[in-house]
Amino acid sequence: MAIVLEARGLNKNFGAVTAANDINVAVEQDAVVGLIGSNGAGKTTFINMVTGYLKPSAGTITFGDRDITALSPRQITRLGICRSFQIPQLFNTMSVYDNLLVGIGIVVSGGKNWAEASRHIGTPGEAVDGLLERFRLTDYRDKLAGELPEGIRKLLDIAMAMAVKPKILLLDEPTSGVSADEKFTLMDMVIEAVRAQKVTVLFVEHDMDIVTRYTQRVLAFYEGRIIADGLPAAVLSDTEVRKYVTGEAPHVTVGGHHAAH
Amino acid sequence: MKRYPILPILMAGSIFLLAVGPFLPRWGMFLINVSLCYGIVVLGMMLLMRTGVVSFGHGLYYCLGAYAAGTLDQVYKISDMAVMMVAAVLVTGLASAALGLLLRKYRDIFFAMLSLAFSMILYGLLVKTSSLGSSDGFNIAASKIAGITVAGTSVDRYVRYALTVVFAFLTGVFMHKYLNSHMGRLAEAIRDNELRVEYMGASVRNVIHVNYVISAVLAGIGGALAAIAVGHIDPEMAYWTTSGEFVFVGILSGTGSVLAPFLGAFIFETIRSFAYEYSPNTWQMALGITMLVVIMFLPGGLWSLFARKRGAA
Repeated sequence: MAIVLEARGLNKNFGAVTAANDINVAVEQDAVVGLIGSNGAGKTTFINMVTGYLKPSAGTITFGDRDITALSPRQITRLGICRSFQIPQLFNTMSVYDNLLVGIGIVVSGGKNWAEASRHIGTPGEAVDGLLERFRLTDYRDKLAGELPEGIRKLLDIAMAMAVKPKILLLDEPTSGVSADEKFTLMDMVIEAVRAQKVTVLFVEHDMDIVTRYTQRVLAFYEGRIIADGLPAAVLSDTEVRKYVTGEAPHVTVGGHHAAH
Repeated sequence: MKRYPILPILMAGSIFLLAVGPFLPRWGMFLINVSLCYGIVVLGMMLLMRTGVVSFGHGLYYCLGAYAAGTLDQVYKISDMAVMMVAAVLVTGLASAALGLLLRKYRDIFFAMLSLAFSMILYGLLVKTSSLGSSDGFNIAASKIAGITVAGTSVDRYVRYALTVVFAFLTGVFMHKYLNSHMGRLAEAIRDNELRVEYMGASVRNVIHVNYVISAVLAGIGGALAAIAVGHIDPEMAYWTTSGEFVFVGILSGTGSVLAPFLGAFIFETIRSFAYEYSPNTWQMALGITMLVVIMFLPGGLWSLFARKRGAA
């Protein structure tokens, strides 16, 4: 599989705090990658660097064969890397339909980067209806985004990222704030949508059931470093991961049973 | 709000105003003319407000449009209204495109104050320019329209009035179409969440810049029409209180529809005229109370009166 996203020697310091410490990752096309780690481990910093919101103190990020380290979020979005937000970033005074239509409108009027995508998009209205259906938001079509329940806001936030035709999608805690019994429904929908559009996905997640169910690969962060990288089962049974991320102390032997599952 | 047939209303309103024009008393015709000039300026203010920025310096373009029209007559002896309007559009368009390069980087109070500063620079320059009458300004004679002389004829006043009505109609139609286009939605999206707009791949600064230029050109058109209607211009048009009035009428009107600025401007001018006539010393108080009442009971502006009625029905 071709490498679509590669980070080499990424470092980021905020004063004395090291939020990223020599991060090296290569992500293959169509992969679904989970990012795990306790709060402050550097997961969101990694997403912020990939999407151009933060500039790394050192290191490079390449998308395909293009160096995107110095680009702005807008330029990176136009190349095809989009993100959703831990706290949904919506257009609160506009309807759900218009929230998505803004994205479709940007694609349609977006020039060469989206020329291919806009050719297959149909009319803007059809494109929005398609998204509403895919994310089961049709019932909320004319509701104002600011008046939606939290779970639906999360969903709309992800749908908005998908509206601008990403090649890589970064999801920052897609299931946080979503009730336990809705988490899997939401993730099923998201994964189905990204499969249909052939999108590579990296997502930050605290729920290990979600991680093991949906990812083929897990990156475990701790103090700005990646301490484990590999198949979900292997990473989750790693001693350091159990100590620093999943919070299972190594001397508690039940951890071993988990790994065997 | 979308259910109102805005374009037919604009069309019918314009035809009505053109039809009743010849039968209006002089003061009535003048009041409507000046209201429409204000309405065109506030149309631009509305666009900026919908984009989430407020300019406290649109007197700059109001004045610039008027002086672009006036100096043609004063300096170059060109007194054709059509040429004056073209000049006003070009001058305000170019000036705002240049100033927009700086303003597009600012938001909120910084955007407002910087735009105010620019307008006060123009005010200062004009007050010191004796060849343009300093603080007294000068009279302008718009005697022709597209080559046909109207000055001194019986239709002189009506032609100026009709010119304003036609421009109000055209700018209203343009703004209605613009607000309902992708660019119009993008403006609202920027007001709601700039970060997300950038993360969806659109440039916030470009949209603000474009909308700033559009609003400036509208202010220029309004200024030039006011100059033609009144026949006199002075640097007060760039003074900060003039800019403040545009913001005032913008808030009074609300941003719900392109009809709102015209409605708001008409009510503003009517209150001002009558308040000035009946209580010359406290006319500002009448406007102040109006504003207070609107903000307390109709925070969305006068237009919410119509929008709400629809929602309840």
